[in-house]
Amino acid sequence: MSSVLYDTPGPRAKRRNAVLSVVFLVLLAALAWWVWKTMDDKQQLRWALWQPFTTSEAWTTYLLPGLVNTLKAAALSMVIALPLGAVFGIARLSDHRWVRIAAGVVVEFFRAIPVLLLMLFANEFYNQYSQVSSDDRPLYAVVTALVLYNASVLAEVVRAGILALPRGQTEAAYAIGLRKGQTMSSILLPQAVTAMLPAIVSQLVVIVKDTALGGAMIGYAELLSERGTLAANYADVIASFIVVAAIYVVLNFALTSFASWLERRLRRSKRSTGAVLGADDLEEMNPAAVNGTLGTGTYA
Amino acid sequence: MTVKLTVLSAVGSLVWGTLLAAMRVSPVPVMRGFGTLYVNIVRNIPLTIIILFTSLGLADIFRVTLGASDFKVQGFRLAILGLIAYTSAFVCEAIRSGINTVPVGQAEAARAIGLNFSQTLRLIVLPQAFRSVIGPLANVLIALTKNTTVASAIGVAEAAALMKTMIENEAQTLAIGAVFALGFVILTLPVGLLLGWLGKRLAVKR
Repeated sequence: MSSVLYDTPGPRAKRRNAVLSVVFLVLLAALAWWVWKTMDDKQQLRWALWQPFTTSEAWTTYLLPGLVNTLKAAALSMVIALPLGAVFGIARLSDHRWVRIAAGVVVEFFRAIPVLLLMLFANEFYNQYSQVSSDDRPLYAVVTALVLYNASVLAEVVRAGILALPRGQTEAAYAIGLRKGQTMSSILLPQAVTAMLPAIVSQLVVIVKDTALGGAMIGYAELLSERGTLAANYADVIASFIVVAAIYVVLNFALTSFASWLERRLRRSKRSTGAVLGADDLEEMNPAAVNGTLGTGTYA
Repeated sequence: MTVKLTVLSAVGSLVWGTLLAAMRVSPVPVMRGFGTLYVNIVRNIPLTIIILFTSLGLADIFRVTLGASDFKVQGFRLAILGLIAYTSAFVCEAIRSGINTVPVGQAEAARAIGLNFSQTLRLIVLPQAFRSVIGPLANVLIALTKNTTVASAIGVAEAAALMKTMIENEAQTLAIGAVFALGFVILTLPVGLLLGWLGKRLAVKR
């Protein structure tokens, strides 16, 4: 598409593009130089600040345990949120009005609230109403909040995945005498799950990123809060930020690449009848305006 | 405070996001590369890191205080900066997908009547692209509304920070939680409905 927007550059356009490139590069270089200069002035470039990351100590004491905690919270939330999301997604497609509306209200409610509010609330809730020890509480709170939020997002994914299947699938299943439960479990879900896989993997990226909230606000010892301890120990604020950000980028970039690879692969194969839900299709789903209604299913 | 944060960062990220999208489709390879790199990096970093970095990194090390005298104003402005930097990556992706939905013939016709790249983009493609991405942009806006809570990490007194102090001081955890939750439902649902309606009204008829 991008090449449709402009003609193949002739000699003059080529010169102009070259000039623009140089100007842009100069601007970038000026910015980089300013960053470098300030860091140099503030002594942030001293090798002593970066050297910890080349030793195993910084990694084994701070970063790796933090990373493990991040992944632990993300994995737990995903494992619990998936079945829950599937249940709610199917409930929103139910034939019974009260099941549909109740599930719709729950899903829309938890999608509209910030994860951070849920986390703070869950943390305080466990503090006052349960016997969870204070060591475990942050993990419980992080996982609870992420499960509630992502289960409702995944419910929408499941619903969209099932709705994306051709109507004929349901009709054919009814025609050969399957009951509603059988139709869902042996005809619709298997096809929908394949279609949803890329969207689910990209939701995993969101979960990984949101675990960082638990580190900043309720003291869960994950990658970001371990960065704080590490920076306090070696006094290397900038360096630690850059290293931790790089870890997140690598982790999430691997996940997004995997998701788009999966999407391409599934689009190519002809085994599923439904459209494949990509990461971008997720963004189309507005909390308020799914199918233009306030969210009760339109499953015929 | 939440509303102020949302509105200001929404305007900022819309501008910066559009610029990024323009860079990503521009004929200059360096700008294309920069746009792609920016979006891919920023999208994969948790917002919490970006917000914390604006405070601990930008303010303390680089002395970027954005002309603020006291700590509260500085936190507020830095939070907006962080939110703009983060949200614009998503805005850019939304607009880029909008540009891709504009039929090829539109751009070809624009070139045929002799418009250059910036004219094609400004006069022909972007107006159509914007109308088709109102839905996705509404979602970005709603996500932004929810993301403003992260600003409490650097001490901006918005909803999440308020709720935290209130819960710690008062006994009725459930009631306070419910009130704040309801507040966000009231904030986000009408925005979604309104923009969904607007998107349908302004859709390019083909």
